Amino acid sequence: MENFNLFIRSIFIDNMIFAYFLGMCSFLAVSKTVKTSIGLGIAVVFVLLITAPVNWLVDTYLLKPGALKWMGENFKDIDLSYLSFIIFIAVIAAIVQLVEMVIEKFSPPLYNALGIFLPLIAVNCAILAVALFIQDREYSTIGEVMAYAGGSGIGWMLAIVSMAAIREKIRYSNIPRPLKGLGITFILTGLMAIAFMSFMGIKI
Amino acid sequence: MNQEKRESLFSKKYLKLLKKPLNLNNPISVQVLGICSALAVTVQMKPAIVMALSVTVVTGFSCLIISSIRNTIAPNIRIIVQLMVVAALVIIVDQILKAFVYDVSKKLSVYVGLIITNCIILGRVEAFAMGNKPWASFIDGIGNGFGYGLVLIIVSFFRELLGSGKILGHQVIPKALYNAGYINNGLMILPPMALIIIGVIIWIQRSKNPELIDKG
Repeated sequence: MENFNLFIRSIFIDNMIFAYFLGMCSFLAVSKTVKTSIGLGIAVVFVLLITAPVNWLVDTYLLKPGALKWMGENFKDIDLSYLSFIIFIAVIAAIVQLVEMVIEKFSPPLYNALGIFLPLIAVNCAILAVALFIQDREYSTIGEVMAYAGGSGIGWMLAIVSMAAIREKIRYSNIPRPLKGLGITFILTGLMAIAFMSFMGIKI
Repeated sequence: MNQEKRESLFSKKYLKLLKKPLNLNNPISVQVLGICSALAVTVQMKPAIVMALSVTVVTGFSCLIISSIRNTIAPNIRIIVQLMVVAALVIIVDQILKAFVYDVSKKLSVYVGLIITNCIILGRVEAFAMGNKPWASFIDGIGNGFGYGLVLIIVSFFRELLGSGKILGHQVIPKALYNAGYINNGLMILPPMALIIIGVIIWIQRSKNPELIDKG
């Protein structure tokens, strides 16, 4: 129940985009059509579900103060947490490159559609942020970690798909010319964020 | 090639590299890079300035380093190499911030770490440093860092002024105004307003420079 609560919270209330502005670059650049944004959304959820637990395991058994206790008494005072940025990003970059190769092999249309943004998943802030938030908030069981990672990914996907749907329709509206494209997208995101704030305070 | 070598370190070409990202090629409002990690730090000016400086330093030096080793990097592992360089620099910045401005570093929390995935850095490294000489890349990195910092400071200025009536933590809106019924705009402190302010900045910038308007 606790984990389910966390899952729902991270989709709606702590939404990666609307509450923390994470993963905005690909959010703004790819949200032009619903089809590609669904593809990218799925890719993000998928990468998150692999990287978050791996990074959590690395953090718990290698980096945290005292995490090296399993190697023997001599190692119990070692604190490697200052290495966490570099290790997390290495794990993420390696896994993303792997996913890229797999997609290129098995689904060339998806690979072509995502184009340059597949390697950019590695630098999608949402992915690293999930690893850092898990460390920061000290989630302690694998269930919690998976619930948080899945929820964040789905929340991100929800945001990008709905934004793409709005942008497909707004093409036919009469917007001031300088505001077209990027400008109106920012303002729309802001308005959507205000709408999402109404989820605050909901408890399950 | 030889001619380039004779150019002084601050010739016109380099000044142009430095200036262009401030307006016409601004990383945030034109290239749409690096919005990710930054908006949440713009509630007050102080963290915004610290963040802007950190990003400038990291961008400049990672461009410099990557550009100096660009001929030895194998193309298919380049992203990992680039990330490693950036991550190492960010760790240094993070440790410095923790040592000298601990309160700001606490406020920035995970966002310092997120400089690693700030698309400005990777974007500039990929697009510029991989194909240019070290000094030009360094200037380009610093210029983009400033362009990013400029937007950050403008946004945080308005959010702090209108949201809590302060600038850099000092009260600037006089007490008398509050007594006359002025109220701080609470909405400014909330995340959505940062997005809307950037939207407005883009609007103003594009009406001044019509060549930036999106086609289609």
